[in-house]
This record gives sequence, structure tokens and C-alpha cells, in this order.
Amino acid sequence: METALIILTDGLVYASWLFLISAGLTLIYGVLRILNLAHGSLYALGAYAAASVVLLYFDRGLWPMGSYLALLGAALLVGAVAGPLIERGLLQWIYGRDPVYQLLATYALFLILEDLMKLVWGVNPYYAYKPYGLLGIIRLGGIPYPGYSFLLLGVALLAGGSLCFFIRGTRIGRLVVAMIHDPEISAAMGVNVPRVSLLTFTLGAVLAALGGAFTAPMISVVPGLSVEVIVLAFAVVVIGGLGSLEGSAVGALLVGLVRSLMVHRIPELELFAIYLVMAMVLLLRPRGLFGMEEVRRV
Amino acid sequence: MCPSRWLRSGVILAFLMGACAPAATPTPTPPLAPPTPTAAAPAPSPTPAPAGPTPTAAPPTPTPAVPGAPAALKIGIVTFLSGPAASPFGVPARNAAEVLIENLNAGKAPKPYDQKGIGGVPIRAIYIDEAGGAEKQVAEFRRLVLEEKVDLVIGYISSADCLAVAPVAEELKTLTVLFDCGTNQIFEERDYRYVFRTHAHQVIENVGAARYILRMKPNLRSIAGINQNYAWGQDSWAAFRDSIRKLKPDVQVVGEHFPKLYAGEYSTELSALLAARPEVVHSSFWGGDLEAFVIQAAPRGFFQQTMAILTTGDTILPRLGRDVPKGIVIAARGPHGALAPKTPLNDWFVKIYKDRYVVRPVYPSYHIAQAILGVKAAYEKAIAANGGKWPTVDQVIAAFEHLEFETPSGTIRMALGKGHQAVEPVVLGITGDFDPATGEVKLTDVVEFPAECVNPPDGMKTPDWIAQGFPGAKCP
Amino acid sequence: MKLRRFGGLILIAGMAGLGLLLPGWSRFLLTLALARGLLVLGVALLMQAGLVSFGQGLFFAAGAYAVGFAARDLGIRDAGLGVALGAGAGLGIAALTGPLLARYRGIFFAMLTLAFSMILYGILVKAYRITGGTDGLRIPPPTFLGWSLPEEHLGSGLYLFTLACTAVMVFLIFRYLRSPLGYTVRAIRDNEVRVEYLGLSVSRALYITVLLVGAMGGLGGALSAMSVGHVDPNLAYWTTSGEFVFVALLGGTGNVFAPLAGSIVFEFLRTYAYKYIPYTWQMGLGLVMLAIVGFAPGGLWSLYELIARRMSGWTWSWKRGV
Repeated sequence: METALIILTDGLVYASWLFLISAGLTLIYGVLRILNLAHGSLYALGAYAAASVVLLYFDRGLWPMGSYLALLGAALLVGAVAGPLIERGLLQWIYGRDPVYQLLATYALFLILEDLMKLVWGVNPYYAYKPYGLLGIIRLGGIPYPGYSFLLLGVALLAGGSLCFFIRGTRIGRLVVAMIHDPEISAAMGVNVPRVSLLTFTLGAVLAALGGAFTAPMISVVPGLSVEVIVLAFAVVVIGGLGSLEGSAVGALLVGLVRSLMVHRIPELELFAIYLVMAMVLLLRPRGLFGMEEVRRV
Repeated sequence: MCPSRWLRSGVILAFLMGACAPAATPTPTPPLAPPTPTAAAPAPSPTPAPAGPTPTAAPPTPTPAVPGAPAALKIGIVTFLSGPAASPFGVPARNAAEVLIENLNAGKAPKPYDQKGIGGVPIRAIYIDEAGGAEKQVAEFRRLVLEEKVDLVIGYISSADCLAVAPVAEELKTLTVLFDCGTNQIFEERDYRYVFRTHAHQVIENVGAARYILRMKPNLRSIAGINQNYAWGQDSWAAFRDSIRKLKPDVQVVGEHFPKLYAGEYSTELSALLAARPEVVHSSFWGGDLEAFVIQAAPRGFFQQTMAILTTGDTILPRLGRDVPKGIVIAARGPHGALAPKTPLNDWFVKIYKDRYVVRPVYPSYHIAQAILGVKAAYEKAIAANGGKWPTVDQVIAAFEHLEFETPSGTIRMALGKGHQAVEPVVLGITGDFDPATGEVKLTDVVEFPAECVNPPDGMKTPDWIAQGFPGAKCP
Repeated sequence: MKLRRFGGLILIAGMAGLGLLLPGWSRFLLTLALARGLLVLGVALLMQAGLVSFGQGLFFAAGAYAVGFAARDLGIRDAGLGVALGAGAGLGIAALTGPLLARYRGIFFAMLTLAFSMILYGILVKAYRITGGTDGLRIPPPTFLGWSLPEEHLGSGLYLFTLACTAVMVFLIFRYLRSPLGYTVRAIRDNEVRVEYLGLSVSRALYITVLLVGAMGGLGGALSAMSVGHVDPNLAYWTTSGEFVFVALLGGTGNVFAPLAGSIVFEFLRTYAYKYIPYTWQMGLGLVMLAIVGFAPGGLWSLYELIARRMSGWTWSWKRGV
């Protein structure tokens, strides 16, 4: 019989994965008010880049533990390159337009990136599982857990913590918060809105790629990753509240724990878990757990 | 303004005419060039590399050998070229079709397939992507038959597509050979005249798995399953579980997991399975899901604690190479891949595939070979029966029904579905040590269960056959 | 002015003739395009209220499976009854979810519709003993008032039937847009608070719109199911719904005909994309989308209206001898 410890651990591990894949989405929405449907593609890009980097890395026979830094490096690379390209190349033309067109533009971007990745990397799977097995086994509740799961937990906490510090503790972070609350007044007060937008989107892209990069060692990287991730990320972000990082974390925790409970106790309902939680939250608190009150402009 | 309403209707009609006009004239479709992967990532782990573009049109033959024959036999081949099913199934199948058809057209196949093309007529293949869902595939099938005017269609990996297309094949009276879909329902729910399936359905690897497991573990006490949450996973698990229960009623089922298709992240399910401690875990996972599962389970010692049976496991052997853990029961949905028989025909098939694509063929490649060779055998038998003249579709159907023909997988017998559904034996083995010569782990304790053991008799539905305790089965 | 009234009938007659002249598989595509066009029309209607529905798959699947169950469990094969059941199923689901949906706006409305359609998808996949799971259900060829058409004419028969149903719905929507309710809904998009201050009930107006959209969606699903002959849970998946939204934007939302025209263009566009760029059709579609967002945000219809207006201006000035 599974103990509560196992269910809790599984919930936390899954939640940390969910947080990594959804933090970027909520940040971008909060600041830029754009629901980035290409978020899943950035995740997949991060996964492919990480797989390629890891393969190169082990080819050179470098210090195995350093492969985690390689994963981080791959994510940073993808974010730093793709982020500004997309923001300057596409998004800056659609700010302030009808939300439907923004959605469509990011959907179009998703389609284009899908095929681009197929053209660059082909349809064959890429494996990067060497980093997965390096951290040994930790026994909890009587069953073995791979050390990597706890690394993932650590990365999620680190990412969340850094973001928190960035938003609260640095000057630019507070400018971002100002923009979340009111872009117009921020601009009137002298905030360089285009530059802050660029920075935020790049940050969001790095987060998405980070999720992909650290997932790559657990899976075989094939085309089609983006589609599955988009739906999950959306659900978590909606539950937590669009634009709220704490919401994202709490939403991830909630979904992770509920799902873990269902898998261990009522496996038949596992498929519905996330949608039921989402529907529940939308019913009781439509703006999400930590979402901001949207003032109705008349 | 009155004129503008006329204008409106006129422009709409003109537009539609324009859109439809090119559709009315048949356009020759160039064969699809396979993707050329860039050398972005040198891969020490084996990654199958599709080769450069190959024309499927044969060297021109001045006059067909058989009177009444067309200049070329147009075959529409439908398989996944995009999406998650492309890499494990669709592309290996397409690759096998290309290289096989090329060799057949050149007359380079061993006997009894050494005649050029089919009856001397070169084969011309048109490749279509199976993506887009059943609705899209029904429309594409109609287009293949009515616009491209193919003579027959070979295709379909997804069971939903098979089930949707089969009635349309009957309606359009086009010979259609289903080559990979696993559902047992096709010929168990109704009869077809124009539809054939040249491979056995999912019953063989799941019933076979049950018999194999009980042979390896006669005192089996508990089983569990982790299968993808859709018809394939649900049917496979039901067949396995019910077979085990029939053969040894006191076995307990301690877990039945159905994660979402393409979920990719199985740490929670693995924890549940590790905690429940079943002796045997059954999985019909395929493609990326299967690989992710093995990658995530291996470091946790899963395969040391439990005997896993992977019914499509053959596909991971060339890909994960030396990292495939020991002690896993592998099936290949029949005598395919690493479990194929040692015959000259198989050796030839593996050689031509490896020469072109570097890696060895997996079971979807074998399945499409069965379909193509079955069509060739049927046509040539019909030609012989027709006094050397090109046969009608009805004559080909008559020849195809109850046909027995040789393939790289051994002898295929069209024994079920009133002669339209093939039966095959199933072969299973357990993974052992790495063999540097082949680049894969060796398989030990290989057992073959003959077709009469793992296929239901004609006219009986699979779930009923299992529920009644396998009447008519002849097992060793 | 008389021509104006007959314009619609001429269009229908023209479409009927066109359909009968076309080769079989083009006519099949046209049938599907019209059936799906009804769902796109639903998206367009909701967009008039400022709401984007990412869950049209909900009604599509409801209507399609209604026909499936009717055929399998009740032996009903009549086309008229089938579409009535389909519309009824769509209406029923809209009635259930409508009160909830009518309370939300913007992104939350979109997310809720997505959630509902994915829940239906989950149920259809999970309850496979009843629904056939991902293998789906087979729909036998429909009969028309007891008549069973011979196989060669079934395609044409279904096309004409679909055309008729679509025409009726288009006419209804046309009237709806010119009714007080239709104007209320468009006013909601402009300024919801003022509508309430005028004494009209916003949520009631939206609820009725959702009912209409649901019934229309169920009808479209039923028609599509009868033509294809097969239904599966994919109809409720979010990518199907996303397609409907895309087509609505492709065609434009300014006019009743625009979504239908957009649907027809899209069906043929996609088929040719599959044929000529099978490996990169997604990218092709994406580029087309970006082009529309960038250059023709009103959809293709806005381009067409631009041309029609110019041409009508020329004819008028030509008539005046200018």
C-alpha cells in the first residue's frame, strides 16, 4: 500500500515539472498580455537543443556532472536567440491589437516552428538520457526514486526563487510589475516599455526552453512534444491566475498532488484530473487562484 | 445596389470553379523526398537515417509482358509521415516500401518474386501522409481513387483510419490492403469484399504474451498493466489480462494504468507500480512513449523488480542499443525484426534495407513487405488463372482470398475473415547481453507460438474466443 | 429590389448545380466544407459578441455522436431525423453549459470552452465500451424519408441535403442578425455596461446565442458524420476547435456568407497543401495565417468586399456615363 509520502513525493516531482513548463507562459501573459500559443514550441526547441548539446558534450568526454550545466546552457542559448527574434520580428507588430489576432499570430508561429524543427532535426528521435542516470537512486517510502527527479525539483525551486528575487528585489523587476499593472501609465512615467517587453519575453522564452532542456534526458525527443505541453501549461496557468507566478506555482502544486492522488488511488480518473481542477477553479474563482481583478473599462 | 448582388454570387461561383477546376484534371504526384537530417547532432546512439530521394518509377519497359495490362500499376501508399507515429512506424514502413518496390521493379527479388514489377508491369507508388484524423483520411482516400486513379491502396497504421476507410473502399470498389492497424474489429464486425489485411491483429502478441509469461513463471501471482489510454492500449490490455485470467484464474491484477497518449512523463505511474510490486507488467506502449518509459524506469531498478512484457518492444532494440535493460520480454507483433525467421528471403530483405538505410528493419517494415508481396502474389496467381491475361479486380480478389504466400516474416496465410484476414505465429524472447556484432542486445529463451495457437477460428470474435477459453487452439 | 430577394435563391441554385457537376471527391470536400462551415459560423457569431470559442469541438462531437448512437442503438438511419437529433444534442449541451459560459468573457470564456470540449474528449475516449473509444463509431449510409439512394447517387444526395440544411441555417442566422437580439449581441461587444443600463439582459442574450451556436454546431456535426461515415473522439479535441477559429478568421466575420466561403477555401487549401507540401503543410498554413493577420484582418471576405465595392463603383460610374 502506498504511503502518503509516496503520493506527496510524486505530486511534488510532477508539480515541479509543471511549474517549469508554465512559469514562462504566465510571465509573458502578465506583462505583454499575449497568450503565447508558441510556448510549447519554445519548450520543444529547448528539448532539441539540449539533446544536441548533450550528445556533443558526451562526445567530447567531458566531466559527466557538468552535463547539467550544458542543459542550462542550451536553454539560455535558445531563449537568448529565439526570444528577441520572435519579439522584435513578430510580437511588436501585434501589441494592442484585438486579442483574437494576437492568438492567431502566436498559433501561426507555433505551426511554423513545428515544421522548422522538423526540417532542422528530422523526424527521428534524439536521446539524451545519460544525465538522467548520473545521480543514482534515493529511496523514499520504500521505493526507489531517481536522483534526477529531485534535481528537477531543485531546478524548479531555483527558477521560482530567482524569479521572485528578480521581480521583488531588482529595479527592472519592479518595472516589470509596474507594466503588469498598467502599461500605459508606466510608459507615461518614463518606463522604456519596448525594452522591458523584450526582456520579459526573452525571460519567458528561457523559462520555456529550460523546461524542455531538463525534460529532454527523461524522454525521447520527437516531433509533437509541443502540442501536449501547451494544454498542460495553459491549464496550470489558468488555475493559478494569468500573470501570477505564485499562482503558477500553487496551480502546479494543486494539479500535481491531485493527479498523483488519482494515479495511486483511482487510476481511471487520471485523464480528467487536470480538466476537472481547471473547471472547478473557473467556476469558483474565474480569474484563477491568484489572478488579478480585471477592471472593466467602460 | 442590385448589380452588386449579382456580382457577389458571380464572384463566389467563379472562385469555386477556379478552386475546383485543377481538381478535376488528374495531376501526376511526384514521389515524396524523405527528409534529409542535417548533421546538427552526431549521434553515437543508433539513430535510423532515412536516405536521399529515390524515384519509385521503374526503368521504362517498352511493352507490358501481359496482354491487357496497364503501363504501370499505381498503388496509393498511406502511412504516417508527420506527427509522433512517423518516426517509429510511418517512415520505416515508407522506407521499406520504397526499397522493396525498387527491387521488385528491377526484378532483383529472390524466387518466387523474381518477375519484374507485378506480372511484368512496373509498380508506381504514390505516398500520402496518414495525418489529419479519420475524416481527412476518408477524403484523401476518395481523392486517391477518384483523382489520382490508383489501382489499389495499401495503408493505414491507425485503427480509427482503418475502420473509417474500409467501408469507403467497399463503396468505391477499390482493392485496399490494410498493412499495420491492430484492431481485431475489422473483419469481426462485418464482411468485406475489397478489403484485405495481410498481418495478424493485436490478439497474437497479447495472447502469446500470456502463454509465454505463464511458461516462464508457472506460479505467477500478480500482474499489472500500463497502456496508452486509447483503443489500442485498452484492447491490448484486455486481451492480455483476460487470457491470463482464463489460463490461471487465481492471478491478481494489482494495477491498471492508462496514461494519456504521448504523455511522456511516467514517474508517478512508475512509483505506483514499484509500490504495488506486481510480478509481471504488461505494456503495449510504442514510439516515444515506450522509449520514455524505458528510460525513466531503468534507473529505478524497475526491470530488476518486475518482469516487463513489451508487445511492440522490437522497435527499441536498434535505438537504445546497449542501454536496453536485461530481463525484458520483447515481442514484435509477430515474427519480425529481431524475431524474424532465418530464411533467404528475410536475409535478402534485411540486406537491401540496411544497405539503403543503415539500420535494420523493424516490424512496420515487415508489415508493409507482407502487404506488397501479398498483392504481387495475388496478382500473379490471378494472371496465371486467367490464361496469362491481365486480371479484373474480381479475379484478383478471388486469388487473394485464402492465399498462402512467402514473406520475410515466413508464410502468411489469409485464413480468417473469409479469406481476407491473415494469421501469423508470434515469437517472444527475453533481452540478455549486448552483442557488439549486431549493435543490439541478444534475445534468449525465444519461443514461437504457432498461428493456430494464438488466433481465433474464423467467424469467432476475439473477446468471445478468449472468454470461452480459446476453443480450437492448438498449442505446443 | 426584386433581384435582391432572389439573389439568395440564385446562389443556392448555383451551388447545387456546381456540386452536381464537380467530380466525386471535390463534391465530397464541398459537402464537408459546408457542414464544418456551420461550426465556423458559430465561432463568427460568438465573435460578434466579442467572445472566442475554442471549444466548438464540443458541439461538433455531440452532434456527430448523436447520429452514431442513433444508428447503432436505435437503428435510426433517416437523414432528417439524424440532423434533428444532432441539433438537439448540440442544443442540449449548450443548454447545460450555457449559463456558465455566459458569465465569462475574453480569455476565460475561451479557456472554459476548451476545458469543456476536452472533458467530452476524455469521456469519449475513456467510456470506450459505450462510445467505441478512439476506434469510434461507424455511421451507415443515411436514408431519406425511407428511401435508400443507390450508391452512385449517395454523394450527390448528401451534398444537396447538406446544402439545404446549410441554406436554412444561413437564412435563420441572417434573420437573427437583423433581429433585436442580434443587435444586442453586437452591442455587448462594444460596451456591455451600457447594454445593461439600457435594461437589456446581457447574460440572457448571450445564453440564447450560445444555444443557437450549439444547435448549429450539432447540426454541422451530424451532417459531417453522415458524409464521412465515421466518428471518433478527435472531433472534440482542441486542435479541431482551433481549426474552426482559424477558418473563421480566414473567411472573415463581417457577413453571414464569409465563414462558409472561408470553410470552402480552407478545405481545398488544406488538400492541396497535403498534396504539394506534405512535409511542411503546417508551416504553409502558419504563413497564410500571418499574412491574414498582417494584411487582411477582416479575412478574405474583407478583400472580396473591397473588390466588389470597387467594381460596383465602376459599374455605377459607368452607368452614369462618368
